[in-house]
Amino acid sequence: MSDDHRPPPHVIRAEAIESLLTEKGLVDAATIDAVIEAYEQDIGPMNGAAVVAKAWKDPDYRRRLLDDGTAAIAELGFGGPQGEHIVVVENAPTRHNVVVCTLCSCYPWPVLGLPPAWYKEPAYRSRIVKEPRKLLAEMGLDLAPEVEIRVWDSSAEVRYLVLPEPPADVAACSESELATRVTRDAMIGVARIDG
Amino acid sequence: MDGMHDMGGRDGFGSPQVELSEPVFHETWEARVFAMAMLITAAGVCVPDAFRHAIEQLPPDEYLRRGYYGRWLRALERLLLHAAIVTPADVAARDPDGEAPITALPAVPFGAPPPAAVLGSLRVLETPPRFEIGQPVRVRSLNPPGHTRLPQYVRGKLGVVDRVHPGWVFPDTNAHGLGEDPQYAYAIRFAGEELWGPGAERGVSVCVDLFERYLEGDPS
Repeated sequence: MSDDHRPPPHVIRAEAIESLLTEKGLVDAATIDAVIEAYEQDIGPMNGAAVVAKAWKDPDYRRRLLDDGTAAIAELGFGGPQGEHIVVVENAPTRHNVVVCTLCSCYPWPVLGLPPAWYKEPAYRSRIVKEPRKLLAEMGLDLAPEVEIRVWDSSAEVRYLVLPEPPADVAACSESELATRVTRDAMIGVARIDG
Repeated sequence: MDGMHDMGGRDGFGSPQVELSEPVFHETWEARVFAMAMLITAAGVCVPDAFRHAIEQLPPDEYLRRGYYGRWLRALERLLLHAAIVTPADVAARDPDGEAPITALPAVPFGAPPPAAVLGSLRVLETPPRFEIGQPVRVRSLNPPGHTRLPQYVRGKLGVVDRVHPGWVFPDTNAHGLGEDPQYAYAIRFAGEELWGPGAERGVSVCVDLFERYLEGDPS
């Protein structure tokens, strides 16, 4: 009865909607491709990594970044949707910051790109505000009991970026070397920087 | 509305499934749904607040079952129908074996998008913020029937203003075409024990960004 070669229902539906919007002149294939390419190639955690590495090497930039994240991030050319107002929160040996959106999936796109699946799924969104220490440990980040945890629920229009603690050899590394070691997960606050 | 989307503090969802080297999009249709949603929002067909509300409108079981971009696809279609950009007959003609579109209005209807939809949501306010950093505030016990950005887990709770944010369009009205009602938002810090009781993890606080209308001064 069933035709095994038929695409799944949601794929057929997405194609139906795209063809209708194309006919109405609201979208076209090339523009859709360009949006996808931007988020696959240009707008991702490498942008945030450049911001973090610069803040580690340049104390004046770090201060500007913590005072006005949006403006300091714009200095490096990053901005756009979901980045109207970015607040940067800094980790320290005794204080750890971690970001969530319990209501949907708000995330600082200009510096981190689109969020990973786990950030959008119920397990993370439900638990990180209630048992962050336990959940972070499950995700591989064991924090000592004396480390204070601050969870940021981005329930309005602010988008948060975590400034992780630098690695021990920060002074010996160049900014570009450091940028390669900054991970997306450290900038969300579910990991630390190795070293 | 208190839908399945409001997940803070719910139990039973297990451990996050972390995928190493995860692609930005897992499948082509997801990428195309994402781009279409971006483009119709930029074109002013709907404000992002209305898009979020359309997602929240999904019945709880569907919200969980459809997955992230499945929810986006359903919300996109519903808003296009609402804006009369497509009709149920259009959809049926292209997808004759597919499920019926949602044509019902939500409890609080989607409104027409305001003309400023393309201007973003930050607004400069003439009035000073009502609350200041360090001030104790209590979250009002509200249960708005429409869109809201007031999570259930902080309603009625006592917190302290940690940051005063700029002014923004109020999602609760803006999602429904009921005006921008721009107002300040605040990062309100709650102790873990205030939210979760004496069994809460030690040394934890949660900062939640809340609009001024959700808050009242605490006289105690």
